[in-house]
Amino acid sequence: MEGDDEAFDGAPMGNEEMFSNGGDIDDPRHTPISTLGKAGASGGGELMDVEAYASLYTGRTKVVRLLFIAKRCGNEAMQLEALRMAHDEIKKGEDTQLYHEVTARIGDRLGPQYALDQTWADIVDRRAEHRKEKLENEFNSYKTNMIKESIRMGYNDIADFYYAHGQLGDAFKNYVRTRDYCTTSKHIIQMCLNVILVSIELEQFMHVSNYVSKAEQTPEQLDPIMNSKLRCAAGLAYLETKKYKLAARKFLETGIELGNNYTDVIAPQDVAIYGGLCALASFDRTELKNKVIDNINFSNFLELVPEVRELINDFYASHYASCLEYLENLKPNLLLDIHLHDHIEMLYTEIRHKAIIQYTLPFISVELHTMAGAFKTSVAGLEKELEALITENKIQARIDSHNKILYARHADQRNATFQRVLQTGVEFERDVRAMLLRANLIKHESIMKSARKL
Amino acid sequence: MESVEVLVAHIQGLSRSPDEVSHLHSLLKQSEDALRSHASRLAPFLSQLDPSIHTLGYLFLLEAYSSGSISGEEASGFLLTVVEFINSCSAEQIQLAPEKFISVCKSFKDQVMQLGVPMQGIAPLWMAVRKLQTSTEQLTTLHSDYLLLCLLAKCYKAGLSILDDDIFEVDHPRDHFLYCYYGGMINIGLKRFEKALACLHNVVTAPMTTLNAICVEAYKKYILVSLILNGQVPSFPKYTSSAAHRNLKNYTQPYVDLANFYASGKFSELEACIQTNQEKFLSDSNLGLVKQVLSSLYKRNIQRLTQTYLTLSLQDIANVAQLNNPKEAEMHVLQMIQDGEIFATINQKDGMVSFHEDPEQYKSCRMTEHIDFSIQRLMALSKKLSSLDDNLSCDPQYLSKVGKERQKFDFDEFDSVSHKFM
Repeated sequence: MEGDDEAFDGAPMGNEEMFSNGGDIDDPRHTPISTLGKAGASGGGELMDVEAYASLYTGRTKVVRLLFIAKRCGNEAMQLEALRMAHDEIKKGEDTQLYHEVTARIGDRLGPQYALDQTWADIVDRRAEHRKEKLENEFNSYKTNMIKESIRMGYNDIADFYYAHGQLGDAFKNYVRTRDYCTTSKHIIQMCLNVILVSIELEQFMHVSNYVSKAEQTPEQLDPIMNSKLRCAAGLAYLETKKYKLAARKFLETGIELGNNYTDVIAPQDVAIYGGLCALASFDRTELKNKVIDNINFSNFLELVPEVRELINDFYASHYASCLEYLENLKPNLLLDIHLHDHIEMLYTEIRHKAIIQYTLPFISVELHTMAGAFKTSVAGLEKELEALITENKIQARIDSHNKILYARHADQRNATFQRVLQTGVEFERDVRAMLLRANLIKHESIMKSARKL
Repeated sequence: MESVEVLVAHIQGLSRSPDEVSHLHSLLKQSEDALRSHASRLAPFLSQLDPSIHTLGYLFLLEAYSSGSISGEEASGFLLTVVEFINSCSAEQIQLAPEKFISVCKSFKDQVMQLGVPMQGIAPLWMAVRKLQTSTEQLTTLHSDYLLLCLLAKCYKAGLSILDDDIFEVDHPRDHFLYCYYGGMINIGLKRFEKALACLHNVVTAPMTTLNAICVEAYKKYILVSLILNGQVPSFPKYTSSAAHRNLKNYTQPYVDLANFYASGKFSELEACIQTNQEKFLSDSNLGLVKQVLSSLYKRNIQRLTQTYLTLSLQDIANVAQLNNPKEAEMHVLQMIQDGEIFATINQKDGMVSFHEDPEQYKSCRMTEHIDFSIQRLMALSKKLSSLDDNLSCDPQYLSKVGKERQKFDFDEFDSVSHKFM
């Protein structure tokens, strides 16, 4: 696969004419250059290296990701680059619908070579018609022969055909239909993987979780690559349904054998990023240490994205300012990722809140000025954030607004117990009285009813 | 007329002992119609009888008299007669004919209301309630009339003595609704909002097959009082009747909207809502309560601040609670400190308010007594509950029902329900 080696190198394959990549590529402490050449998408600084990013993926997901980047990024140059690459990729395949979409978006900004080539589209469509007829005929003959294996392969071929042409709904249906004709666990696993692939693109993550569990239930022992693929898929499903803790666990369990075997869904860098961020946002300190920092397996992934490794270490070592800075720098590029973009805000606020809570834990009193300095915000803003956290009962403290100090406050257990006891007594009395009254009323009603019957 | 005279003679003769009284009772019942036909002319006969001894007879005559129309001049005389009767009658004899007594008191109440002097009716009716009750836990029809008079006369404290009795027995469910509704209103008048909430809660959750108007009105007040007290309206508990559950919200839409706006915490929205619905609130005579709801919103916002801040400037309080200037904030905080709703000190020099913890340490004698008293009360209550449970398990109807279900089980099992109940 082209671009494979470059992805692991330190030097990104920038497109020189389009943008300038900063020279400090090799300095690991300097924010935020990674092997992907990510950088701020708007305004100054380095721009994301679209080509290197796209080279991590194959198949439909590559095109979809490129289109998403083109839609979301604010930079015209980057947009055109993404559209150009998408166009090239589509021309290699057979999906005319996507082709029309891309050419419409390009307009005529990239010159005549990238304008709508209707003849190519027609040729492809006609070829598709022929192939479809041929497949259907073959399939009908298989059906009359009633050989399970050929029927299964027939459904599979039809589903593959639909998938190549972008008709995902039909592809999904046909993959599911092969289920009845699977005889060995290998077949089942293959079917599950296909269904998972299509469901991820259709964004139906319920199906993804279902089929992952189905695949894991096969009696045969799965080889590690398959296992890793399933873990990634499960992690994605959890991520999209906002179950960040479970997603983190799944990503952390993914073995490094995943390598580049699942590039039609996810790249190993993504595993590192998703896993790292979700873990930061949802794990407590011990879990973070055990499962992330001390996890040898996962550290292989973290090598691919050193910023994530740095920021996790900073968080654990309470260097909040630099941790948050890394996060901010990563943010623009993460907003261009199709799976992560709508979860970024939530994850970031979670991480920030966790940082604040962790900061205040060891102290009896904290001066708001120093704390604002540590978090690089203003005192007023910090006060607002603290107020919100205290109201949600995540921090046990009180703010002295006059002197700008935060005092830890530990509830007086004895008084609280007395209060609760008296309150319980009052409620009990009220409820039992009401209940006795109601019982009496019902008794009278039933007496009246039976009196009427008599 | 002779029949009446004969009757009077009987009354005078047969009022000594309980057997005579029951004999008299049957005689009186037979001559009810005769009495009624002579309604207007019974007044002089009443003077021949002594209410304390000849209570039953007096009662019948009085009831017949009041069933007829009473003219204006006779009204005050009638009132005096009834008052004297109530004060001096004997409770046992009244128990023989409670409906008559109730109807006498009702016509008394109507007269009092007609003449526009509800306060005069309070003391006699109180006496009447006490004499009619077999135990302090019983609800009579007169309870609601009594509370109504208290409300009209604005003598809320007078209603308290009756309200403080816990009611466990109810003869007619209809009385219960009115009683609880009026009781809730009296408690609101006395600003005892928790008790009011309990009363209104009883109305709203009482078992009923169809919705009635009392329940709707009670629910409106219930929403307002729970907003003032707790800042939110609780959802219906499981035991609410389905009729209430389904239909109450339809009839009380403006109040439900009010509750929603209150929950949003925005003062201006709440005010706007009140403005739009003002005529409805006014027609339900709930406008006073609504205004109290409005001021409670401020209080709630300020109370929230005590949870997060140790000291806060008056300016910030004004901003958070959406007041206009620090002066108003100071006034509100001062009022709340005086009412004991928050614990704080205002530093006027710096314009700061320091919030303190609740100084109650639960170590004083008074607190110990209070706790002890509560424990005693609750023990008595739970004893009552378990005795009720015991009674119920001995009830033949219950046993027959349980016995029928037991039949499904294996006969070899030891059957603790005797077979005669199955």
